[in-house]
Amino acid sequence: MHDLAQQIVSGLAQGSIFASLALALVLIYRAMGIVNFAQGELAMFTTYIAWQLTQMGLPIWLAFGVTVVVAFAGGVALERIVIRPVERANQLTVVIVSLGLFISINGLAGWFWGYIVKAFPTPFPTTPLQIFGVAFSAQDVGVIVVSVITLGLISLFFQKTKLGLAMRAAALYPEQSRVLGIRVGWMLALGWGLASAVGAISGIMIAPVVFLDPNMMQSVLVYAFAAAVLGGIESPIGAVVGGLVLGVAINLIGTYVEWIGNDLRLAAALAIIVIVLVVRPAGLFGRVAVQRV
Amino acid sequence: MPRPSAGLLVRVGIAVAVIAVLPWVVPSFLVFDLIYVASYAIAILGLIILTGMNGQISLGHGAFMALGGYVVAVLAHSAGVPYWVGVPLAAIASGVAGLFIGLVALRLAGVYLALATFSLAVATPSFLKHYKSITGGFDGMSLQPVQAPAGIPLEGQHWLYYVAWAVTGVVFLLSALLVRGQFGRALRALRDNPIAAVSFGVNPYFYKTAAFGWSAVLAGIAGGFYAIPTAFVSPDTFTSALSITLLIGAVLGGISTFWGALVGGIVVEFLPLVAQQVNAAAPSVVYGVALILVMMFLPDGIVGSLLRLIHRFRRAPPQPALESSTPPPAPVAVAPQSRE
Repeated sequence: MHDLAQQIVSGLAQGSIFASLALALVLIYRAMGIVNFAQGELAMFTTYIAWQLTQMGLPIWLAFGVTVVVAFAGGVALERIVIRPVERANQLTVVIVSLGLFISINGLAGWFWGYIVKAFPTPFPTTPLQIFGVAFSAQDVGVIVVSVITLGLISLFFQKTKLGLAMRAAALYPEQSRVLGIRVGWMLALGWGLASAVGAISGIMIAPVVFLDPNMMQSVLVYAFAAAVLGGIESPIGAVVGGLVLGVAINLIGTYVEWIGNDLRLAAALAIIVIVLVVRPAGLFGRVAVQRV
Repeated sequence: MPRPSAGLLVRVGIAVAVIAVLPWVVPSFLVFDLIYVASYAIAILGLIILTGMNGQISLGHGAFMALGGYVVAVLAHSAGVPYWVGVPLAAIASGVAGLFIGLVALRLAGVYLALATFSLAVATPSFLKHYKSITGGFDGMSLQPVQAPAGIPLEGQHWLYYVAWAVTGVVFLLSALLVRGQFGRALRALRDNPIAAVSFGVNPYFYKTAAFGWSAVLAGIAGGFYAIPTAFVSPDTFTSALSITLLIGAVLGGISTFWGALVGGIVVEFLPLVAQQVNAAAPSVVYGVALILVMMFLPDGIVGSLLRLIHRFRRAPPQPALESSTPPPAPVAVAPQSRE
């Protein structure tokens, strides 16, 4: 029983990391109908920045804060410089440009920091926490707490602030928003900033577990795709629920279903993506679109 | 296109002559690279047909190359099947897999297909590592190096070069015959305006699945020729980077013409070799930046842009390339949408 509880908590911890990255994907998809293939690499790059800051002697939490700000600025800049020129182009163009970002960011990280795997300091205590007599890893619990705070802040921002309202309006009704004086272009850039900040948090949270290397986020990105698709790629709540469900499910399957084990977890995520897209493309929380022909 | 034009025949003739003479004039280590160019060109041709002509975005064709490469390797390794039997079997296996995935792809519109195939590419090495008893797991498998058959006075590598390029020629010819006329028109119609195409009686299930299957056949053959030169396969031979490399080749070469596959193959083989001299990570950075710049400024790739330039020179209207000038209407997708 203790074992199961531990597995579930550690699944929730992983799931909340998937949820954060999935949320980043959903934020951009909602705003511009783009799947940002570079989202994971952005998270990886910013995690390297955090690592660099800790190497320079900054305490981990301060490095965390600085990194999130840098990630936000970087996301805004990328949207302005790279995405804006192709915003109205066809889907293939946008996919290829985001892949271009994917490869070049991956290469830049390898260029600056090399391909040797690095340990990343955990911001949480290493002694296990006793909750109801069961020992949980403080890392897992910490990740869940940080993710809940992040997701809560994002949701408050969109629901309760004027800027959040303007961003939602710009995503749903760009023309009308422009008439009302909302700078739609900048709202999209802000969306990229937010997404990249949320992604940075997911990177810093997972780095102590998977260690730091330029390819660390590729499988996480696939899990985040699976989470977003499962929840419905237009639904932020769906991304969070999808991430948590996926994290727990993958963890339990990896532990208890022997023939899948740890090797085929990624394949399980792939299977989820394909099955959901074939059977119910709108996901759990998305709306099924009906279009006039 | 009832008959190939004289100009086309001349260009093909020049290409064949250059390919035939090349191994005797370049240093022998380059022959090795040129075999890889053939492999890339075949795989990229598949993507040009699937993504360029039919508009189905695949970021996972490295998975079909992995299947092809492993079919050749496993058969040779465990049953001693010769390569000339292994490669056709690889093409068949990969084609069957492609038809199956093509059927699934019918349900996935646009970016969803990109997302699913990308995930396939990322998951491929973990499949290969998992089924150790067949694939040799993490360590991969060593194969016999190629020898020229008795009576042919060629070194193994030169022999492989000519076989690879002969196969490339056959594959290009078959593909050209396949997509000329009605089949190719149907593929393009389904890309540009699926609703109109279906209204005119084009069967989307048949054509889209067939395009996927054929592109997978090509990727399977390419995978075979990707494994044989080094006589070695491992999961790290077929990472997600390979799938992305194929798309890079198609886009940089030019996704609207078959010549783009040839140029793309040359680019993805040699650009990294040049860029590596700066830094191990430089090829990725160059690729990434080149992709973005090409999409912004030369959406038809190297070959497409050259063709445009030539056409402008001759004051003839340029060929419509990747996309017709009027944007196609939104596809009739069952994709979720909450923009109401």
